[in-house]
Amino acid sequence: MTGLLALLLVAALAGAAVWLYNSLIGLRNQVWSAWAQIDVQLKRRHDLIPNLVAAVQGYMQHERELFARIAAARTRALSATGAGAVGAAEGALTQAVGGLLAVMERYPDLKANQNVLALQEELVTTENRVGFARQLYNDLVARYNTRQQVFPTNLVAGALGFRPAEFFQTEAADRALPQVDLNPR
Amino acid sequence: MTAAEESPTSVGPAAGRPEPGARNLFDEQRRNRRDTWLLLAGFVALLAFIGFGFDLFVLGAAGVARPGGVPLPLPIAASGAALLGMGSAWVGYRFGDRAVLASSFARLVTADDAAPDVKRLTNVVTEMAIAAGVPMPRIYLIDEPDPNAFATGRDPDHASIAVTTGLLASMNRDELQGVIAHEMSHVRNLDIRKMTVVAALLGAVLLLSDWATRLRLGMPSSGNSKRRDGPSLGPLMVVLLVAWLLTVLLTPLIGRLLATGVSRRREYLADASGAELTRNPLGLASALRKLEAASAPTPRIHRGTAHLCITDPLGNAVNDREGWLADLFATHPPITDRVARLEAMAYRRSA
Repeated sequence: MTGLLALLLVAALAGAAVWLYNSLIGLRNQVWSAWAQIDVQLKRRHDLIPNLVAAVQGYMQHERELFARIAAARTRALSATGAGAVGAAEGALTQAVGGLLAVMERYPDLKANQNVLALQEELVTTENRVGFARQLYNDLVARYNTRQQVFPTNLVAGALGFRPAEFFQTEAADRALPQVDLNPR
Repeated sequence: MTAAEESPTSVGPAAGRPEPGARNLFDEQRRNRRDTWLLLAGFVALLAFIGFGFDLFVLGAAGVARPGGVPLPLPIAASGAALLGMGSAWVGYRFGDRAVLASSFARLVTADDAAPDVKRLTNVVTEMAIAAGVPMPRIYLIDEPDPNAFATGRDPDHASIAVTTGLLASMNRDELQGVIAHEMSHVRNLDIRKMTVVAALLGAVLLLSDWATRLRLGMPSSGNSKRRDGPSLGPLMVVLLVAWLLTVLLTPLIGRLLATGVSRRREYLADASGAELTRNPLGLASALRKLEAASAPTPRIHRGTAHLCITDPLGNAVNDREGWLADLFATHPPITDRVARLEAMAYRRSA
């Protein structure tokens, strides 16, 4: 009788462990795919920036310093590794690009140029895509980490090899996410 | 605006309305899956019942020998109607989105469409798909000056978002983002499945019930009176006959009520989770105000599709009210109320 009870108890515990393990794996895969999405969008941004700079440089002779800052930030972002370092480098790039978008507002010639407007829209959407991919990633990381820390998952998470995931941090850049209004009406 | 703030009418239904965010996404999806199945099953049962009555009172089956007629051994009409119901339920589930899109003359937008407005739309949809973590839906345009938008499909992998050209022309980027985020929430929590099935079945029900009524009324009157004199129509049969006639006559109304009941509360929820995606409730609030100002009817979006849209394309005044009557017949909550809720979210965030 006690043997049967013990057996049932073990089976229940094993079932619970399996369920916890599977739910953690599910969350971890979501975190990973969200990270992959960020990667795609960052790559897109790195490819786009030289094109945009080339397109507007001619109109903006006085902003050499700004262009140099963007180029330097891009180089640093390209060589960064690890969620924390990439986050910091990309945050700096976000701010530099946000500065460019703000400065572009001061050049009426640019607003008349259809190509520049199209490129500007590309830049805005790229920044937004990076921002939203990061938002999803961070939300998922928060859920994944909380999941590991709450009872009873915390009893098994470490033993099963789960570690808290790293947030994609971007200093003050969070609030500086450019929300440029292309055609206010 | 002020009307919404002091609105004393929001007492009754507001009390029972769930606070957005109180339920999580998983619960929403499960609820919508279950509701879809109930709707489909209810539809098949309804058709079977209508067919059963047809057997009983028109063909004279199930032992009720119609004088002068041949008693049928099997409930032919009931089986036929049930089969037809299952068939159209499946078609509605599987192809309802295409029917809805075709009925509003929507055309598919391709990725290489370079018109600035369309490019911006594809970009905004991509951004919101990323934010929601769902696959990129197909995008449709409706050539129509009145601004409106809807989402349809059976799940996030088979979803479509349709907007009118008027929406593109009148919204700035933030507002467009708010509208698309609202639609993306409908996609993510599977509202689209339930709403599309309702739209598809509503169309089928209207058609079939119209048909059944005509057949019934088209019976030769001599046949009717002959049968009424017959001894076989006992009290149970009379009750059944009345219930059947009521069902046939009321089915269109029931369908309308379903469509409105399904959509009204969902709109508040989609507004809230849309704002959660953009983290900018004011974008959608401003878009809703513009949509309200342009509340001219949208002719290309038909009655059966109204409950899918972000604002009522028919411009019904009943939407502006709260209370049981509005709960029954309005497809959308009052815009002033929706705007007020979104603005309250924005102020809470900045406080």
